[in-house]
This record gives sequence, structure tokens and C-alpha cells, in this order.
Amino acid sequence: MAQTEQEILAGLADIVNEITGVAVADIATEKSFTDDLDIDSLSMVEVVMAAEEKFGVEIPDEEVKNLVTVGDAVSYIAKASA
Amino acid sequence: MTSMSAASITPVTGAPFARIMGVGSYRPARVVTNAEICELIDSSQEWIRERSGIEERRFAAEDETVADMAVAAASKAIASAGITPDQIGAVIVATVTHLLATPSAAAEVGYRLGAGNAPAFDISAACAGFCYGLSLAQDMVRGGSADYVVVIGVEKLTDIVDPTDRSTAFLFADGAGAVVVGPSTTPAIGPTVWGSDGSHLDAITMSGRYEDLRNEPRAEYPHVVMQGQVVFRWAVNEMARVAQEALDAAGIKATDLSAFIPHQANLRIVDAMVRALKLPDHIPVARDIVKSGNTSAASVPIAMDAMLQAGQIPSGGLALLIGFGAGLAFAAQVVELP
Repeated sequence: MAQTEQEILAGLADIVNEITGVAVADIATEKSFTDDLDIDSLSMVEVVMAAEEKFGVEIPDEEVKNLVTVGDAVSYIAKASA
Repeated sequence: MTSMSAASITPVTGAPFARIMGVGSYRPARVVTNAEICELIDSSQEWIRERSGIEERRFAAEDETVADMAVAAASKAIASAGITPDQIGAVIVATVTHLLATPSAAAEVGYRLGAGNAPAFDISAACAGFCYGLSLAQDMVRGGSADYVVVIGVEKLTDIVDPTDRSTAFLFADGAGAVVVGPSTTPAIGPTVWGSDGSHLDAITMSGRYEDLRNEPRAEYPHVVMQGQVVFRWAVNEMARVAQEALDAAGIKATDLSAFIPHQANLRIVDAMVRALKLPDHIPVARDIVKSGNTSAASVPIAMDAMLQAGQIPSGGLALLIGFGAGLAFAAQVVELP
């Protein structure tokens, strides 16, 4: 069964927290990975790889640059796992 | 169909096994700090340290060549192996920065080492070059084509790096590392797990071709360009798996290792590989990149020498080596330390 966007956001927040140390409470859909959460490009790759494993989706390299905000990532994962 | 000739060719016989007998390295004298790097790129010392783990690196002098550095490292490896130069049966130089199409760097290096007329050749496998060379050397010793093989990883990456490119200028550096591979009565170099993936040629490549300069003398001088995220992902995903396969092929468990010596690509790649391999905490891991930067083909033997010299790893212990880089080429094997 596909996960709700709420569940994906919670799961993604756990991943981001584990890899970068950003507080779970700060991770919201409108936040930009780079500008608001201060996540650098290599950490972003680690987040993407962990998300792929957790949600069973594929996020190709060329797609990663389009995932500007947390919300972008949540929608992409929701669509890819639907 | 049977042979027409009654004469038979003498069978080739080699040593039952091969081992690394000695190791040596050479670091250029000039220490280059992150502060100096930041004079030419829009970056900060902190940013460099966070992205790569690098605090300083060594740059070769302008007139110092790849062959100079290779000879310096190989001389130490030969002395440490306890052989004399005339016993050298072959010289293999792994490099991507001998910027001369011909003759090879190895031909000059062998001559200067006093290896007489020993066969000498270069191999181009980028950051995997040393582990490729080690695999060839083992096969040569076991196959009977040489008793002692000198394998050198050497780079003068400052010759192909644009010092104003903020994605590579802080990363790459210069240096040389070498080993002598010779005969052994017991297995001391495990099976090499190696390969290449030509579908990612663009991940690490050059900005142009040298012949472009012939047609357009004002064309930009070619320099190395890298898609950092692509390389990082490939390294963390695929190379941890290759390293595990090398352990399995050797019949060795991670807990049996005395050291993990991966190519010093980036400290964050090293750390991510350690996590992916689930290496026990007590096993020493090469983190020479902090002081040496990324020296491509030279990084594994330089790090091995540094760890042995510092007494961090014991002689006779087992080390897992892995090299990976442009190509994308990769090679990993378990070795017994000299």
C-alpha cells in the first residue's frame, strides 16, 4: 500500500536528521535543503540513497537537482512509489 | 586436430604465490594549506574541511616530474624489500599525469632505478591504477614472467587541475607510492575483484583534448573535471560492495583485517564505505587524505606506507585495498602487509 505524504515526510525527516543532525522539528515541506537546512551536495546524495532504500524508489542523479525543497522530495517519492 | 610439430614448447613456470615484500613512498616537500587554496577559489578553509576532510596536501615543485617522484618512492620500496635493483624483473607505473604520449614513464623510472633492461610499461586506470598494477604484478610473478615486480602509483595532478576550479582545486595533489611484489610460498595477495564501467565516462574526465591546442592555440588548456555527486554515489553504493566481494573472494572476514586502505578520494567517501562495510571500530582505516589530499593512483601505497611507518598496522597483518576512479575503473584485493 502506498504511503501517505505525511508518512513520507516523517520518514524523510528521520533520514535527514540521522545524516545531517538537523532537528526533525525543523524539517518541513516548504524548507529548502540547501538554503534553509544547510545540507551540502554530498549529504544530499546520502539522503537520496537512504530515501531510495527506505521507500523502495529510484531517484536518478539528474532528478536530484530538481529536489529543491523537502516538499519536492516528498512529492517525488509519493509519485514514484504510487 | 593434433600438432604437426614434434617439438614442444618449454612450459612457463612461476612462483606458487606472490606477496608484497616492501613498500615506500614519496611526498613532495611543499605543504599547501587550505588557506593557500582559498586564495584562488571562492571557498573557505572550513568548507574544504567539511566537504573533503582535507587539511593540507603536498604539491610537487614545478621542475619535479612524475618519474622523479616515482624513482624516489620505488628506491625506498626496493630497499625495504631487501632486493637489489638488478634483481628487478619488471617495472609498472600507474599514472594519468605522465603528459608525454611516448616513451613511457616506466622506461625512464626503470633505467634510473638501475633495473637494467627489465620490461617497463605504464598503465592508465586512474585512481584504481595501483590496485590494477598489483593484480598484474601478482599474475606476472605467479605466471613466471618476472621474479620481482616494482609497482608504482604516481601522480602530479597539479599539472591537470585548474587551480581556480572550486570543485577540484582543493581535492587533488601530488605524490608517489611503490611496492615490490615477489615470490611467496604462501598466499599473500588475494584474488582481485576488478572491472570498469564505461557508461560513466563523463563522471571524471578532461575539459578538452590536447590536440585541440594544435588547431586552436588559444583553446583552454585541458584540465580534469568531475561530477562530484555522481562519483560519490557510485563510490558509496558500488565500491563498498566490491570491497566486500574482495573480502569474500579471499575468504577473509572484516574482523580478520588489520587495516582498511581505500583510495583516498574524499574522507566522506571513506567514512561512508566504512559504514556500508560494517567494519568493526577497532580496525585502523587509512585517512591519509587529511594530510595528503587525493593523489589518485598514489594514494593507496602512500597511505599503506604511512600506516606501517607510524606503527598503526602490524607487519604480517591483512589489509583490504580498493582503488576506484575515472573510467569508471575499480579494483580491490586483500593483501598481507610486508
